[in-house]
Amino acid sequence: MLLLAIGLPVAWWLSKGRSFFKIIIEAVITMPLVLPPSVLGFYLLLAFSSQHGIGQWLQHTFNIQFVFSFKGLVLASVIYSMPFMIGPIKSALQQLPVSLSQASYSLGKTKWQTFKSVLVPNIKPSLLTAVVLTFAHTLGEFGVVLMIGGNIPGVTRVASIAVYDSVEQMDYASANAYSLILFAITFVLVISVFIFNKYQLKSPLE
Amino acid sequence: MINIDIEKTLKTYKGQQVLKIARQFPAGSITKIYGPSGAGKTTFLKIIAGFIKPEKGLITVDGISWLDTNSNSFLPPQKRMAGFVFQDYALFPNMTVHEHLEYATNNTEWIKRLLAIGKLANLVTHKPEYLSGGQQQRLAILRALAIKPKLLLMDEPFSALDPEMKTELINELKGLFSELGTTVFIVSHNPLELEGLADQELFISL
Repeated sequence: MLLLAIGLPVAWWLSKGRSFFKIIIEAVITMPLVLPPSVLGFYLLLAFSSQHGIGQWLQHTFNIQFVFSFKGLVLASVIYSMPFMIGPIKSALQQLPVSLSQASYSLGKTKWQTFKSVLVPNIKPSLLTAVVLTFAHTLGEFGVVLMIGGNIPGVTRVASIAVYDSVEQMDYASANAYSLILFAITFVLVISVFIFNKYQLKSPLE
Repeated sequence: MINIDIEKTLKTYKGQQVLKIARQFPAGSITKIYGPSGAGKTTFLKIIAGFIKPEKGLITVDGISWLDTNSNSFLPPQKRMAGFVFQDYALFPNMTVHEHLEYATNNTEWIKRLLAIGKLANLVTHKPEYLSGGQQQRLAILRALAIKPKLLLMDEPFSALDPEMKTELINELKGLFSELGTTVFIVSHNPLELEGLADQELFISL
């Protein structure tokens, strides 16, 4: 449940990240989509452990520890959910005719002005889908979170792991409670996206 | 004075073809461009606007170099600010008629005058999807004119207009072009429709 509280800022942070989508190598972005979460979690664990490289440097210079901490969870979720944000936005941008940007350039507008005033407003449905799906996905994240965050109650325990935990301890009642809440939230989110987009987009078959 | 000397390889279904044009156009002249489909008429306009780079070439407008492949200089479309009327209009789906013109200029007097010329004054709050084909095409022309371009590139700009509206609009534009001293290139499949407007001809053949 902890991730739910920070899910919104994470989704917001991710949506801000879209302006960089072109310079970030797409393959790296897409990797978390196909890699087993445990593999990703393992590498993140190594990278940010306080005994090695980046983790050590962060620990010494900023006294930030990513592993088994809340910050680490956020970071891991961001990396893991990135393709869900980048994918839809990128394909939506690619579907806009190139003449739209050209028209804007011919009016003397910069790339940034064009992006802000012409491109982004015309991919709103995809933008919403991306934000909500990423949020829902972050909510349901399990493997990476378990690897990098561990399962420390009140610090790095998230809903999906709480379910797993409860089942392990034969505590089906609380497992059911967690699951039901997760199910309900995700269902409502996904349904709202579909309803909203139904009004925004016209089916090509109509 | 506009001096153009370009070479661009076109990929067509018949293989590669070279579009080669070397000519001078007096300032304030109106040139009708015609020729068979796929000959490179649109490509020619896009090269002048700066959307497409030719392999070899030189474009000078009023003594300013827009393109010189010998010295590798290239003026971006934003700095050229050539008005462009796209064959597919390239209107911004998120903007109303008025917002289109406001995006291009903040001269409200000029916007008012353009709306009168294009007979769109009572449709200012409409978005492109609620405009007819002819209205969309007129808006595309007005948007290109909004920046008071020194050079105007029009790709089939009158194809969706009924004969009456076309004659009227062409008369209005004629006055406007001489007032602004605009040099105009118009691609047309129907050279007869530009009778009395164009004073130059450019035939592009395969």
